[in-house]
Amino acid sequence: MSAPHTTTSSRSTRVLGVLSLAGLALLLGYALWWSPPDVVQKDSVRIMYVHVPTAIVAFSACGITTLASAMWLRKRTEGWWVLGAASAEVGLLFTGACLVTGSIWGRPTWGTYWTWDPRITSTTLLFILLIGYLALRRVDSEAGAAHRGTRSAIVGVLLFPNVIVVHYSVDWWRSLHQTATITRLDPSIEGTMLFTLMLGIVVFALVFTWLLVHRFRVGWLEERAAGGALDAALVQRRAEAGLAGGPA
Amino acid sequence: MFRDAGLVAGKDLRIELRSRVTLQQVLPFAVLVLVIFGLALDPDRGFLGRASAGLFWVAVLFCTLLAVQRAVAVESADGNRDALRLSGLDPAGIFLGKATAVAAQLLAVEVVLAVGVVVMYGVEVTGVVLLLASALAATAGLAAAGTLYGVLAAGLRVTDTLLPILLLPVLSPVLIGATEAFEAALGGVASDGWPWCGLLVVFALLYLTFGTLAFGTLLEET
Repeated sequence: MSAPHTTTSSRSTRVLGVLSLAGLALLLGYALWWSPPDVVQKDSVRIMYVHVPTAIVAFSACGITTLASAMWLRKRTEGWWVLGAASAEVGLLFTGACLVTGSIWGRPTWGTYWTWDPRITSTTLLFILLIGYLALRRVDSEAGAAHRGTRSAIVGVLLFPNVIVVHYSVDWWRSLHQTATITRLDPSIEGTMLFTLMLGIVVFALVFTWLLVHRFRVGWLEERAAGGALDAALVQRRAEAGLAGGPA
Repeated sequence: MFRDAGLVAGKDLRIELRSRVTLQQVLPFAVLVLVIFGLALDPDRGFLGRASAGLFWVAVLFCTLLAVQRAVAVESADGNRDALRLSGLDPAGIFLGKATAVAAQLLAVEVVLAVGVVVMYGVEVTGVVLLLASALAATAGLAAAGTLYGVLAAGLRVTDTLLPILLLPVLSPVLIGATEAFEAALGGVASDGWPWCGLLVVFALLYLTFGTLAFGTLLEET
């Protein structure tokens, strides 16, 4: 066995981490000070620079999980298996952040924390779909290595298509009921505001990648540890029985 | 494939006829849900009539969970899964057969619920064709997605609690589409309901196709 790992970081993730943190600081500056307030929404528009990027990252994470699950079903290599869960887990975090920031933004803009807006509704359903995937994943891993993973991989493959079907049906459903559609984004944002939004998307994508790499490595080590524990127990039993240590 | 589907569906329905679980437990539960909605939403305020389409489908959704759990529990006991694997039946046929049996039970539940809604909630049916078409399409979708997710969650320690959280969000488009179509068919304008019926058909086709393709892998490896 190789030397025990004490950290999941490497030179490249440290660079990624520094970039993420510096990007967040820069975004904070742009979002809070250097970008102008909105004509209509005034200062409350500033939460958009967090809200919209987290939404984009959340839906991309969901897509990565579906891709990784499909690849796992095809290739059966451990990396895809670990990536599917890592992406879903970090994606869940961003979906939660997206819902919370949306709710905080909704209060001053719409006067309510919650409304049956198509995007909120489908994001909430995405949140529950991710929780379900991760719950299945957890029990599926306990089911034993021999036939592990197929069921969570199939649920993973269905994750993104489900999000799309749910999103479009909710969208259609609400568009019939709402007479005046609430437009949240000014259709023509430009200049510093557009730059800040783009910066937010890039920065949050960096943060996501950073977290994803670490989560992936933790998952990878968990797999190693699970295999290692069995080997160690075998060696121990052999020693108790007075047999030689190595594999028979 | 279709011959195998017929065999599996026949077997499941025979089990249901003999054990009478659908008749004696699921159907009374469905009616009970209607009564509970009546208790929760004051019948005098006229909520029930307006909400009847949605309440009907929520009741059907709950019964779907029961029927699906029952359909997979039948295969989990006594090593039936291995028997099914060794039976030489086409996996796609097994999937279609199980989904057909679930759909047949759901249709029976829906008939009883429909009578219940008309009698207890005082609803008038204006678009019979739309009502029947959307009920059939929705049931096909519920049964297909339900069977697929039911088998995905089968045989685990936590099947009963895991299935609802996996299945209900997936079924939300069916709930939306079926409710909208029913609202149009129960006193609304029938032409408003047909696009929703189309959504239900698309959903059912998606899950029937995916289930037919994925069931072999699923049966072999879980």
